[in-house]
Amino acid sequence: MARRENPEINAGSMADIAFLLLIFFLVTTTMNVDSGVSKKLSEKPPPDYVPPVIKEKNIFEVNINRNNDLLVENEPMEIKDIKDAALKFIDNGGGVGKPAEDGTPGKPCDYCQGERSDASSDHPNKAIISVQSDRGTEYGVYIQVQNELLRAYSELRNRLCKQRYNMSFDELEESYRDAKKSADSKDLASQLKLKVEDIKKAYPQIISDAEPTS
Amino acid sequence: MSKFRKKKKGIPAVNTAALPDIVFMLLFFFMVTTTMRETNLVIENPRLPSATEIKKLEDKSLVSTIYVGKSKDPNRDGVGYNKIQLNDKISTADQVPAFIFSKRDKLAEAMHPFMTTSIKADKESNVGTIIDIRLKLRDVNALKVNYSSTAPGN
Repeated sequence: MARRENPEINAGSMADIAFLLLIFFLVTTTMNVDSGVSKKLSEKPPPDYVPPVIKEKNIFEVNINRNNDLLVENEPMEIKDIKDAALKFIDNGGGVGKPAEDGTPGKPCDYCQGERSDASSDHPNKAIISVQSDRGTEYGVYIQVQNELLRAYSELRNRLCKQRYNMSFDELEESYRDAKKSADSKDLASQLKLKVEDIKKAYPQIISDAEPTS
Repeated sequence: MSKFRKKKKGIPAVNTAALPDIVFMLLFFFMVTTTMRETNLVIENPRLPSATEIKKLEDKSLVSTIYVGKSKDPNRDGVGYNKIQLNDKISTADQVPAFIFSKRDKLAEAMHPFMTTSIKADKESNVGTIIDIRLKLRDVNALKVNYSSTAPGN
């Protein structure tokens, strides 16, 4: 007859120890941050590249010096004011836009709500924001500046998307991503893609990194 | 009846003997999955800047990471927050093209344009270092770049 083993070790506290260790590992697991500010770099220009002539009013200059001070269009400015200044510049709509790919001449911006001054940009698709930093500038400040510029674009895109499609641009992009993932909404995905492309074309993100000083 | 007095115990309603086993299984699972980091940091963990306009990196297999920060061993590598780490060791910006090619070899040809380079740089690094890396990436046509940042409030 098999002798029933009398449990000499009380197994109740083993569970407690195991829970403690488990909670320790849960707490100390570091999740690698895998999100960030995305950028598409421009292609390397060929050696004989001649940069196109651009009117000065279509360029919004942001300079950051070694001390992390900002100079926007030759005037000192705080980081928190960049977004509004950039927004005004992009949305100005003082002239006509770039001609379309099929050759039709550029049209004036009919969705801009800016001042339409002659001293600022002609059209959002001609508005170039140029960021020039010093080699010694802090990376954190550089990212903050890029973030504020992207916030300006994001605000304009959200506003236009609400006018045209009755939802914010963030919502539109999210529903496009979800539609892309699921296999049974291909039509919806392509419809949403057209809308997303439309808004992106209306306010294209043209942020150029200029050659650094020193 | 036996020489040893059997201590009288109430019969437990639920047999909890298996509980530690379940917990140990969960524990081992977590112990194993926390070591899934691909690279060991030779530099100190970079303090990422915070930003609001962030995008999540969808497919981890298409991401190659470049770390920039302060070396854990300043005597060997020098001071400053501008040490570039590729794979497992400190390198210079000139070795970035080779790094990108080695990452590309592991992917199908069609997926090359979808490769993203994630730059995890300390917020005190100099923009000059980042510019060097960016120029090298442009040379090899690795145009999708993501500057790692944390969401505000983290």
